[in-house]
Amino acid sequence: MLEIKNLHARIGEKEILKGVSLTVPTGEIHAIMGPNGAGKSTLSYVLSGRDGYEVTEGEVFYNGQDILALAPEDRAAAGIFLAFQYPVELPGVGNANFLRTAVNAVRRKRGEAELDAVAFLKLARAAVKRLHMKEDFLKRNVNVGFSGGEKKRNEMLQMALLQPGLAILDETDSGLDIDALKIVAEGVNALRSPNFSALVITHYQRLLDHIVPDVVHVLSAGRIIRSGTAALALELEAHGYAGLEAA
Amino acid sequence: MTALPSKKLEAWRYTDLAPLAAISFGAPPAAVAQQLPALDLPRLVFLNGVLSQNLSSSLAFAQPFVPGAETSAQPLAQINAEQARDGVTLTIPDGVDAGTILVISHASAGEPFAFHLRHRITLGQGASLTIIDIAKGDGVYWHNPVTDISLAAGAQLRHYRLQDESREAYNLSTIRAHIEAGAAYEHFTATIGAKLSRTEIHAALVGEQATAHLNAAQLLTDEQHGDFTTVVAHKAPNCPSRQTVRSVLAGLSRGVFQGRIEVDRIAQKTDGYQMSRALLLSPYAEMDIKPELQIYADDVKCSHGATIGTLDDAQLFYLRSRGIPEAEARSLLIRAFLDEALEPVQHADARVLFDAAIDNWWRVQ
Repeated sequence: MLEIKNLHARIGEKEILKGVSLTVPTGEIHAIMGPNGAGKSTLSYVLSGRDGYEVTEGEVFYNGQDILALAPEDRAAAGIFLAFQYPVELPGVGNANFLRTAVNAVRRKRGEAELDAVAFLKLARAAVKRLHMKEDFLKRNVNVGFSGGEKKRNEMLQMALLQPGLAILDETDSGLDIDALKIVAEGVNALRSPNFSALVITHYQRLLDHIVPDVVHVLSAGRIIRSGTAALALELEAHGYAGLEAA
Repeated sequence: MTALPSKKLEAWRYTDLAPLAAISFGAPPAAVAQQLPALDLPRLVFLNGVLSQNLSSSLAFAQPFVPGAETSAQPLAQINAEQARDGVTLTIPDGVDAGTILVISHASAGEPFAFHLRHRITLGQGASLTIIDIAKGDGVYWHNPVTDISLAAGAQLRHYRLQDESREAYNLSTIRAHIEAGAAYEHFTATIGAKLSRTEIHAALVGEQATAHLNAAQLLTDEQHGDFTTVVAHKAPNCPSRQTVRSVLAGLSRGVFQGRIEVDRIAQKTDGYQMSRALLLSPYAEMDIKPELQIYADDVKCSHGATIGTLDDAQLFYLRSRGIPEAEARSLLIRAFLDEALEPVQHADARVLFDAAIDNWWRVQ
């Protein structure tokens, strides 16, 4: 379960999050929608521990553990996965080596035995096949020369291998690329279980056609201003954020 | 002894030998047993500058050292010519693939001493050879080797060097390569050790389709100084040359790359490429880069580039967000940064050697 309590965060002197509170119970998928500049990306980075964002007030608990003091790698080991809106290219780093390093780092922290190269490749090849990816995916440098859709698939491959308890999907402005949305949706839906939660951050309702959320929150000017069922997303699509803020 | 070059010489502008000049170096002491690299290859081992018959393999193509008289305009080569007492002399006959030979220099100093190895490597037409050269030691010493290389038409020499000298030592290496038509000189130096070091390569491409790849990785920390200086002389048409240099600089270290490409009037269709990238891991580290193109032909392709930067925050965060601890993430990115310079080293034993040296460098940071 993810609990965000009165979270305030700023970049430099600029306050972006002004008291965000929400709870994602285990097994549920929640969506955060909001206009540009509402703080959606900031929220995903603060939750995953990126440098440069200062939390000035509030708390975040994941499965009862205060995560704000944890390094990004420790949050990952605790089961939090951030799917990047724009996955980063790593020239010179092979995808298989990267994935195995990540999986073994997380396994080590979770007290599990590391996988040797053979065991890892077996696991990775099976995941690659499940996600309808070409096998040369594992041989290429991480995200280098990948198309937009391939980068998204690679994010989903990482998610499948790291088996997080909570996925944060930053899809703030990628709503225009339908193929990419479908890939992300397939990845999330494949992991759906009573032990898996997701926080889907998006500007457009369209993603939610493919990942049906249990709850939709509306983030505006650094605060959650409305929460409701999936129907709320349709209302936003019809009337826009301006109408909602006036209500 | 011929005087050391001063900083007033343009070629020595970034590398100051005053600290070396201040030390009084004696003759090499008798060698004591050393722990040497455990590579299973035919080898020639020099202890404190003297060939150890016991530790060296008997090689079909090796000849005894003979002192040579020469005068050189380069002060360090001149000092070497005056002082050299030993070195590798290998002559590979036409068409022979002589495999891989390991050359190890180990120095162990009580009092400071100097040694000046003179290596001569000659490959006949179509001959090929791989040399893996490892320099190690402990204490204060000055290693001043000169390697003369002559490649006849179609010969191939792969020359891989690991400079892992004592952190108190000085290593000033000069390499002169004469490369005839269709011959290939492939060079890679990993500079990890020594307080102050310089690798100076003069490669002359004297026949058509002769090639030279002069690549280097410098990994320096504390107050180390590492200099990679190259002069590639294109003296014939249709020759490609490439230099890929990667420097990773921590602490107060300083890296230097001086790369000169000279293209004679007859050397049309020259393809010269030079790229130097430096990664500064500390705000106090420094990189000096001086590319020089001297072109007298009118139909050539020569490019050079240089970058200096730090580790990318977005890449670091991406790795950490996948559970990879910060130190491991940095090490992965540094290894990736070096990849382009290391990539041409396809020799399995050499790769293992360099990978281990790089991993170990990172671990002790």
